[in-house]
Amino acid sequence: MSGVRVLVGTRKGAFVLMADGSRKTWDVSGPHFGGWEVYHVKGSPVDPNRIYASQSSSWFGQIIQRSSDGGKTWEVPGGEKMPEPTDPPGSVSNKFVYDTSAGTGRPLTTHQWYDGTQHPWEFKRVWHLEPSLSDPDIVYAGVEDAALFRSTDGGRSWHELAGLRGHGSGPQWAPGAGGLCLHTILLDPANRNRMYVAISSAGAFRTDDGAKTWKPINRGLHSQYIPDPDAEIGHCVHRIAMHRSRPNVLFMQKHWDVMRTENAGDSWREVSGNLPTDFGFVIEVHAHEPDTIYVVPIKSDSEHYPPDGKLRVYRSRSGGHEWEALTNGLPQRDCYVNVLRDAMAVDALDPCGVYFGTTGGQVYASADAGNTWEPIVRDLPAVLSVEVQTLR
Amino acid sequence: MKAMIRVVLPQHLQTLARVGSEVTLQLDRPVTQRAILDALEAQCPVLRGAIRDYATGKRRAFIRFFACEEDLSHESPDAPLPEAVATGAEPFLIVGALAGG
Repeated sequence: MSGVRVLVGTRKGAFVLMADGSRKTWDVSGPHFGGWEVYHVKGSPVDPNRIYASQSSSWFGQIIQRSSDGGKTWEVPGGEKMPEPTDPPGSVSNKFVYDTSAGTGRPLTTHQWYDGTQHPWEFKRVWHLEPSLSDPDIVYAGVEDAALFRSTDGGRSWHELAGLRGHGSGPQWAPGAGGLCLHTILLDPANRNRMYVAISSAGAFRTDDGAKTWKPINRGLHSQYIPDPDAEIGHCVHRIAMHRSRPNVLFMQKHWDVMRTENAGDSWREVSGNLPTDFGFVIEVHAHEPDTIYVVPIKSDSEHYPPDGKLRVYRSRSGGHEWEALTNGLPQRDCYVNVLRDAMAVDALDPCGVYFGTTGGQVYASADAGNTWEPIVRDLPAVLSVEVQTLR
Repeated sequence: MKAMIRVVLPQHLQTLARVGSEVTLQLDRPVTQRAILDALEAQCPVLRGAIRDYATGKRRAFIRFFACEEDLSHESPDAPLPEAVATGAEPFLIVGALAGG
């Protein structure tokens, strides 16, 4: 019997939404970690019962939670005991410290602040957790201030992959409205040494050597809010999506402009086409149709709600340029919610299910690839992230 | 003879550490903030990083320390705490700053 598990991170805790393959009746559990911000919850593709969650608070800092039973119970990996003298160095739970060691690290630079001055690097929280495609104990973390960390012991200890920050362009990285965050991590299923990340506001980067070295992949991006609109660094990339059958083709929702690359980011071209606005945060690819993509256009500057008060998902079946509005079941008047960058996901059933959460606390689901929508829940805290596990 | 210290945690840290509102610690004198926090983290390792920042070792910005109706947040972490805390007559309060949310 197939089923779907939707993992929802919100401003005030995490929720787990379960349904069988018909996706008609939902069981809701939570809040887990009530009162804490949960930026992201994601399961291992190798072991669906292994789920990682990023729990954070301005008061108490960053906590990594892990479940081994599909989200029923949670533990802080490594939080149960003090490190033993025989444990490897750095075996301390929830410790995210930038690597400035002589052996593996890089000196901390400063980064650009909102006013153009330089500002010290400070760890704030984990935005995104990306479990490995092959090992449930390996998981990557994208953090604010922007850097990439990896755990190889199930989230117990974390070590920065300092080659990214060591690219040397750090002083040009600047925070977006949400902070200087590394929010997107894409693992290439065909090439274990290749990985993509995206940072607001620095742009997209790619490694081809297992995260030792990185190169910016922003050619073709054009951003009027930086001094040189075509600069190599400084673009506010909001989200990148990939279909696993075609890992060299990426789709990007930028702070204005929907973009596409066919050569792993070496060059991008705009595919915004007939969208009512090309600003937005989420972008996702259909599970079975690599050229079917979804976005939710959002009005900006700073309004950050749907145009005309109508919540519309836009779908392109041609990899961009031509878009159709999907409105059946979504509010078409007086709707002023936002859909944040990690808050859309698809399942792998047939027909493909599409899910997204709003800052108004609704989680909408479509069991027919976006043709019709229904809310699973309407009144959660503001939704920060949505991930989906297809259970078989 | 060791001092018996009572530490009161905010609700979220009680949940995180799976303890009640008050944690009892046995400490050698002199009793200081640093000694209390070191012992608390040894007893409840999950609290490491949640009260003192990992990178700096300093009190997190939105955490306050109160005792005997005094705000001790800005005292030296190595300064002896009031005798009433050292005798257990008064608890050492770890408080989340009132800062919206």
